[in-house]
Amino acid sequence: MATSQARSSPGPDGAEGLSGERLVGAYRTMVLARTLDERCLALQRQGRIGFYAPHAGQEATLVGSALALEPDDWVFPAYRELAVALVRGVPLQAIIDQLFGNADDLCRGRQMPNHFAFRDQRFVSASSPIGTQITQAVGAGIAAKLRKAPIATITYFGDGATSSNDFHAGLNFAGVYRAPTVFLCQNNEWAISLPREQQTKSATLAMKAEAYGFPGVVVDGNDLRAVHAAVRRARARAVAGEGPTLIEAQVYRLGPHSTSDDPRRYRPDAQVDAARQRDPVHRLRAELGTAGLLDDAADAKIAEEARAALTAAIAHAEAAAPVEPLSLFDDVFARRTPRLDAERAEAAQHLAEAKRP
Amino acid sequence: MSELTLVQAVNRGLAEAMRADPDVLVLGEDVGVNGGVFRATDGLLKEFGADRVLDTPLSETGIVGSAIGMALYGLKPVAEIQFLDFIYPAFDQIVSELAKMRYRSGGQYPCHVVVRAPYGGGIKGGLYHSQSTEAYFCHTAGLKVVVPSTPADAKGLLLSAIADEDPVIFLEPKRIYRSVTGEVPEGATRVPFGQARSVRSGTDVSLFAYGAMIPVVTEAATALEAEGISAEVLDLRTLVPLDEEAVLRSVGRTGRAVVVHEAARFCGFGAELSALLAEKAFYSLKAPIARVTGYDTPFPYALENVYLPSVERVVAAARETVRAS
Repeated sequence: MATSQARSSPGPDGAEGLSGERLVGAYRTMVLARTLDERCLALQRQGRIGFYAPHAGQEATLVGSALALEPDDWVFPAYRELAVALVRGVPLQAIIDQLFGNADDLCRGRQMPNHFAFRDQRFVSASSPIGTQITQAVGAGIAAKLRKAPIATITYFGDGATSSNDFHAGLNFAGVYRAPTVFLCQNNEWAISLPREQQTKSATLAMKAEAYGFPGVVVDGNDLRAVHAAVRRARARAVAGEGPTLIEAQVYRLGPHSTSDDPRRYRPDAQVDAARQRDPVHRLRAELGTAGLLDDAADAKIAEEARAALTAAIAHAEAAAPVEPLSLFDDVFARRTPRLDAERAEAAQHLAEAKRP
Repeated sequence: MSELTLVQAVNRGLAEAMRADPDVLVLGEDVGVNGGVFRATDGLLKEFGADRVLDTPLSETGIVGSAIGMALYGLKPVAEIQFLDFIYPAFDQIVSELAKMRYRSGGQYPCHVVVRAPYGGGIKGGLYHSQSTEAYFCHTAGLKVVVPSTPADAKGLLLSAIADEDPVIFLEPKRIYRSVTGEVPEGATRVPFGQARSVRSGTDVSLFAYGAMIPVVTEAATALEAEGISAEVLDLRTLVPLDEEAVLRSVGRTGRAVVVHEAARFCGFGAELSALLAEKAFYSLKAPIARVTGYDTPFPYALENVYLPSVERVVAAARETVRAS
């Protein structure tokens, strides 16, 4: 059960591989995601949103993996996976509303930007503690297996999360119960300021799967089709009852950890410049050009459509009503307790007094 | 009705809930073949099979994290943590995830998991098989915290916990798992959350307690009666939600309050009860509120009887409140 290197050449599931229009569609989503990233970094600098965690450099992994899933599969994300939500059909407006935390936000303004939840697309609520989604994805996978549902669960996390308690507990449980779970580690080389080499002395992150009794594969995360093929294979294994797979997608975090981070403090510009040569969006653009699937005019149109869609969504989000203050007390429990009712009345009175001239 | 010990009542509650609802399953360390180290899950594997009684690897974060995933999927997991003292590897899952899932998703993802754990001292368990750390969980918004003290309540509150829509921390007083027996109703007789139980009524002083302290406090009330002091005993049953009205009504009658728990005093649940009385019953109070609790030390092994509230300490505190006015 040695760690293997996934390739982008069509495997046994080649018929399901990405080609033609699906590939152009994937590129369109990647361009939208990259444009969103750039706009949101600017929005945060302008004080229009409070925070943002960029995903630039990880688009091929995000989009390629999401395209390998089925609608009934469950996604347990970290906080850099909005492109996965886009692929699963979450409207751009719903994503932007969450970043603004307005009254239209499906999460009711409860969380920082990037901590999404989209129930209709089986995109489970994200949190900030690292790795906690991993055991949850395994639990949902065990539940699906007990119910004999032909689905997989997939969980996303970074290289830093491979040091977390829940990574080891989750992989161990998945191995023991042969959970239909795909572990997608986006190794973007940096856990804020800690480089991958200092996170673990394991030669690869994928090899950690071997200790838990199932395969781990390394894939070039800048290669959309390679990621898609690897996730497709892992999903097929999961649904066939063959158990979990750990996929290490090797990418590079081109931007800061978040808008609160200055990566110049800990990594050389030359490293970032080198990584830019492997930019997954540019790479797919070049491939599509070579294959005759996309010309400059069509590319310019895709870029313009992304800009226009974002401009409209941001304008709509900024015009939306703010979150209703007394909604603070909702959803703590299924029904408010008498104590929460009393606190709500206290807050209502305070707000009414504050409004008086 | 049948006469059961408290741990048998827990077992009966689990079995009945699993019979009634195929979505209910239990998971934890040694809960299957071994029937639980206290035998709370005895016989469940035989009746319901390995798909509904999961012997898990030794990882509390794995147990609670995977229970959360099962609940999100639509099952009703009841997770056993072998001793409350071992719950801390799962603290992140309970406090950061389970408690906040409904809230942080704007109501999109309710997450109903019952976490059962034996708690408390008096069994020569030392530091790591004795603690009462219910306050950590009471302090976290989004969790309900339940502590039964009788076999009937153990089953009735457990059935309510499994039927509830919110996460429940269900703390079982292991010291009285077998020393207390009582009549337990057959069938799905639930005991509702948020309703304290009047153990005995009195006119001079109110004794507030829960779990394994109820027998201690009840014995203290009997001793006080011999001295001519009429003590009322209220079993809180659920700390969250708390039956504030019952607490305030009681002190409205007696004007004196003694709060008893095993947990350390500083920031213990008694501090919240004392604050409640100071805020809302100040003008009914005839004497300072007294607290009889564990001391602010780690839980000791050789000296646990010094640490734990005793009948004598409760009697002395109650006597003091009566003397004060």
